[in-house]
Amino acid sequence: MADKPKLALYWASSCGGCEIAVLGLHEKILDVAAAFDIVFWPCVIDIKYADVEAMAPGSIDVCLFNGAIRNDENARMAHILREKSKVLIAFGACACGGAIPGLANFSSREEMFEWIYFQSPTTENAARVFPQRHTRVDEGELELPAFWNTVKSLSQVVPVDYYLPGCPPEVQSIELAVQALVTGELPPSGAVIGLNIAVCDECPRERKDKKIKRFYRPQEIIPNPDECLLDQGLYCAGVATRAGCNARCPQVGIGCRGCYGPLDGVYDHGARLLSAIASIIDADTAEDVEAVLETLPDPAGYFYRYYLPQSLLRRKARENGQKKSAAEKKPAAAVAD
Amino acid sequence: MSEAEKFNPVIVGFLCNWCSYRAADLAGTSRMGYPATLRDIRIMCTGRLDPTFVLRALQGGADGVLIMGCHPGQCHYQEGNYKAIRRFALLKRVLQQLGLEEERVQLHWASAAQGLLFAETVSRMTRQIQALGPLDWKHNWPNEEPFMLLQPYLHEEVAHGR
Ligand code: SF4
Ligand code: SF4
Ligand code: SF4
Ligand code: FES
Repeated sequence: MADKPKLALYWASSCGGCEIAVLGLHEKILDVAAAFDIVFWPCVIDIKYADVEAMAPGSIDVCLFNGAIRNDENARMAHILREKSKVLIAFGACACGGAIPGLANFSSREEMFEWIYFQSPTTENAARVFPQRHTRVDEGELELPAFWNTVKSLSQVVPVDYYLPGCPPEVQSIELAVQALVTGELPPSGAVIGLNIAVCDECPRERKDKKIKRFYRPQEIIPNPDECLLDQGLYCAGVATRAGCNARCPQVGIGCRGCYGPLDGVYDHGARLLSAIASIIDADTAEDVEAVLETLPDPAGYFYRYYLPQSLLRRKARENGQKKSAAEKKPAAAVAD
Repeated sequence: MSEAEKFNPVIVGFLCNWCSYRAADLAGTSRMGYPATLRDIRIMCTGRLDPTFVLRALQGGADGVLIMGCHPGQCHYQEGNYKAIRRFALLKRVLQQLGLEEERVQLHWASAAQGLLFAETVSRMTRQIQALGPLDWKHNWPNEEPFMLLQPYLHEEVAHGR
């Protein structure tokens, strides 16, 4: 028993889907339990942060870390688990690239707090109550972790050994990783565990590389079941996204949204998608191109759906040049430090 | 403000080998005056311009990016500048969503004979960027985690040493 490698799982800024994905291994989870000694997994076993802090450095063999880093608590656990783990794996799109929580990088912390606690139509908050870093109650002082302005990927906070992308990673991808860990046949450090081909290569739809005059949103047309969605004007990120999911979304008529991230050697997933999508537009003048683009609302949201924090620009500008944040009020600065 | 005190922007220029790069040469050899703000990079065609180059330039400290190529219809590879038009239009929208001012990334045409047009384009863009001020993109992510690094990571010895 004592010889079994020790496994830890943790969720930082996460939706819980990655935890479910691990449980989704079904009976194979028993193989994991047989192969590893699970020493830390807050979702499933009763354990406290102090218990991990007490572990010896390097005493965890493998840590599967899901979720993005958006506050002090996430970062603190990332540092602790990095120190305690021999192999740290960024598990899921959030840990790999910031993903859905990372979309917050399209706003500032102040804008978010303003909307969430004061402006949103379902909020009534005349007293302007919002979370504080420190609150005094009878029992003593309560502290909340500082909420960052910029969401980061795991590797922007601590060194990461391997990446397992996907939102969440598919069972077959997790199995691949577990197998590599069990057999010790790991790729070079820093690698993505998985395939290095595009979703298109796994997609059964027929691609003719058509040029298109307009984009459609999923609710606007019923796509032909056999033809490439992009050829039919439906945004699909499969052209520049890593395979591994067996083209799960296009298989059911929904364009890929890019959760498996870029292929090897591509740093900025969004820029690559931008190039690929631009190349299918059937227009030659700036005006005609603009007209086509009118049918593709929120392009940055499409291209950076999962990898905005892990991109070259990482977030929306907070203050450029002379526009310095005069406009940014600071209602929520207390939670921010 | 005197000319000398004005902020001196860094503009990265991606110039097509067959036209705008030669226009720049012509502007130089004909001693046309224009501000020394452009750091030009020669590319074989604007169709070669990967949007990543533009993002990399902005992230690396450029205050603006100027892309220049052959007039539409005159690309030496037939289609290259049409590709550039499509990419640029999409890139412009994405950059706007990321909070960049429109003037910071521009696409213009100049043939090998249009040295003056080239010089004027650089001068105009320089004035526009001066009015906007520095981009200072790095300022967008000050180190936010006030957190202790625990001990130096075992990572290196343990995970990679085997
Ligand atoms: S990668 Fe997807 S499933 Fe996993 S935590 Fe993030 S949002 Fe949830
Ligand atoms: S539907 Fe998407 S994934 Fe399938 S071939 Fe077309 S672009 Fe590729
Ligand atoms: S098709 Fe795209 S979005 Fe859907 S699971 Fe696969 S990689 Fe993710
Ligand atoms: S050769 Fe000049 S733009 Fe293509």
